Amino acid sequence: MFGLLVAQNIAFYVIAALIVFGALRVVTCKNLVHAALWLVLVLAGVAGQYILLAAEFVAVTQVLVYLGAIVVLFLFGIMLTRAKTGHDLELDNPTPAKVGAGVIGVLLLGVMGYALWDAWRGQELGDIVVQRTAEVSDSLFSTYLLPFEVISVLLLAALIGAIVLARRD
Amino acid sequence: MLVNQFLFLGAVLFCIGVYGVLARRNAVLVLMSIELVLNAVNINLVAFGAMWHATDPANLSGQVFALFVIAVAAAEVGVGLALVLMIYRNRQSIDLDEVDLLKG
Repeated sequence: MFGLLVAQNIAFYVIAALIVFGALRVVTCKNLVHAALWLVLVLAGVAGQYILLAAEFVAVTQVLVYLGAIVVLFLFGIMLTRAKTGHDLELDNPTPAKVGAGVIGVLLLGVMGYALWDAWRGQELGDIVVQRTAEVSDSLFSTYLLPFEVISVLLLAALIGAIVLARRD
Repeated sequence: MLVNQFLFLGAVLFCIGVYGVLARRNAVLVLMSIELVLNAVNINLVAFGAMWHATDPANLSGQVFALFVIAVAAAEVGVGLALVLMIYRNRQSIDLDEVDLLKG
């Protein structure tokens, strides 16, 4: 049991380091396509954290929806909005704005970190039991049936809206 | 493992995403940063879900909410990129500083 816990912790910190590094590259990278590829690393790492939390269905959904669909959508978006003139447009705001954004980010991290440390100090996750897909679907189709239906209507509306917006008249 | 490990990871990812939204000027990159923020929230939801599941095996709300967030994120990216495409078609640029029609 203890050995498994050590292995879990090592896996957590390795994946967490990958996620943080990838996320930093996403927001600082000078190349749009590279930023999208770093995003793949972040999203895959998050899926790994779900596996560590024994949430297998969410992990698989993450891979299917985020890695399979959303990243491809982003790549299409990048491709279709490339400047025809050839010269690379400025991707970042001017330096003073970037410094301001960095200060805001660090302050926010400080406040949230203190709040989390204060509220959940030493709280153990408990024995992580595998949350099986059947249980998730039972919960989804009983307790959360109405929100599920609403989400499907929202998705349909968003799809139709996207097609209407992007259609070339 | 501690709950705080996952919560801190979520907080770091969230703040990086907020930095990206504020520091970037390209609309597609801003949308990517928003994805980082949504993933940070999802890590929190699944971590709390696992914590509740350990005490109450019938409670899977955390995971269900994470699934809802993923679905809404997919819808958001679809509509967001369609809007970016429209802006590009009308102005030949997706520089957010140039989208200032409402400024008067």
